[in-house]
Amino acid sequence: MSKGNGKVLRVKVWRGAEEGGYQSYEVPARENQTVLDVVTWIQRNLDSALAYRFACRVGVCGSCAMTVNGRPRWTCRTHVSRVAKNGELTIAPLSNLPVIRDLATDMTAFFEKWQAARGRFVAGKGKKDRMAAIEPESKERAAASAAIECINCGVCYAACDVVSWRDDYLGPAALNRAWAAYNDVRDGDRVGVLKAVATSGGCHNCHTHQSCAEHCPVALNPTFSIAGLKRATLKAKLKGEMQ
Amino acid sequence: MTPLAYLLQRGTALLMVPLIAAHLAVIIMAVQGGLSGEEILSRTRGSELWAAFYAVFVVAASVHAGIGLQTVLREWTPLERRGSAFAAHTFMVVLLGLGLRAVAGVYGL
Repeated sequence: MSKGNGKVLRVKVWRGAEEGGYQSYEVPARENQTVLDVVTWIQRNLDSALAYRFACRVGVCGSCAMTVNGRPRWTCRTHVSRVAKNGELTIAPLSNLPVIRDLATDMTAFFEKWQAARGRFVAGKGKKDRMAAIEPESKERAAASAAIECINCGVCYAACDVVSWRDDYLGPAALNRAWAAYNDVRDGDRVGVLKAVATSGGCHNCHTHQSCAEHCPVALNPTFSIAGLKRATLKAKLKGEMQ
Repeated sequence: MTPLAYLLQRGTALLMVPLIAAHLAVIIMAVQGGLSGEEILSRTRGSELWAAFYAVFVVAASVHAGIGLQTVLREWTPLERRGSAFAAHTFMVVLLGLGLRAVAGVYGL
């Protein structure tokens, strides 16, 4: 952190699990300071029992997402100067996920839904086959590229209204991943992706609120991906490919 | 929601756009000369065109409302899949029955 300026941030942090409350802390304000810096400062200087999660600190790993002043954000790349109101911050765990303790959530359901949406590669060829030639300009490659940079942070999942309403909804991250997987023409079972997302908790439940796109820290648009899945599943259904 | 329900929901919405527009336009035109049951029935009685128009409208509205209601019930109430499907399908059948009965009435069956 850079040199202090004598000012103080008043920070409220969620303590406890599902039941709990906010605890107030005063943290030195710095010229350049991220929300993760603030949480780390509290944990190292004021309350070593504070539970939170982070790894890379540079916006790659997707571990440090929390709710900051009511909005889900990646805290390592969120500057306090951008989000603090009158020198105040309120930091809570991500919504739509069970809280383990303090700022750490249980992301099991989030990742299980990635599996349920078949967001993984299924080999279509063996190692003796020729390497697949994918035109960088092809429609599928462009669609996959637009969706592929997800860092699994859970911000979109926490921001999604439909996730908050329905336990079985796969959510924007898993469906965005499914769209990238579907557009991988090397995949040996692309229709399998469509079958996985055309379930009762699947892509057709999206209300196109665009909260996921609004909050995604890496500027992806899962709503657009989900719209693609809706079209693709419909076409496959009408062609009889999804029996 | 399944792909079929999604298709029906979007399809019926699309179908209802011109139907609603025509319905509203006729209401506005019809009330110009005063509105009475007799005046409405004189237009609709024996008219196969209006009977077909409203029969299609009733079917589209019932299907659209049923699917929409199921979604609302799943999202806003504790009802799970079977409970919400039962409630929504019941509502769809009631709406369809009442609507088609009304169509038959104004046609003069």
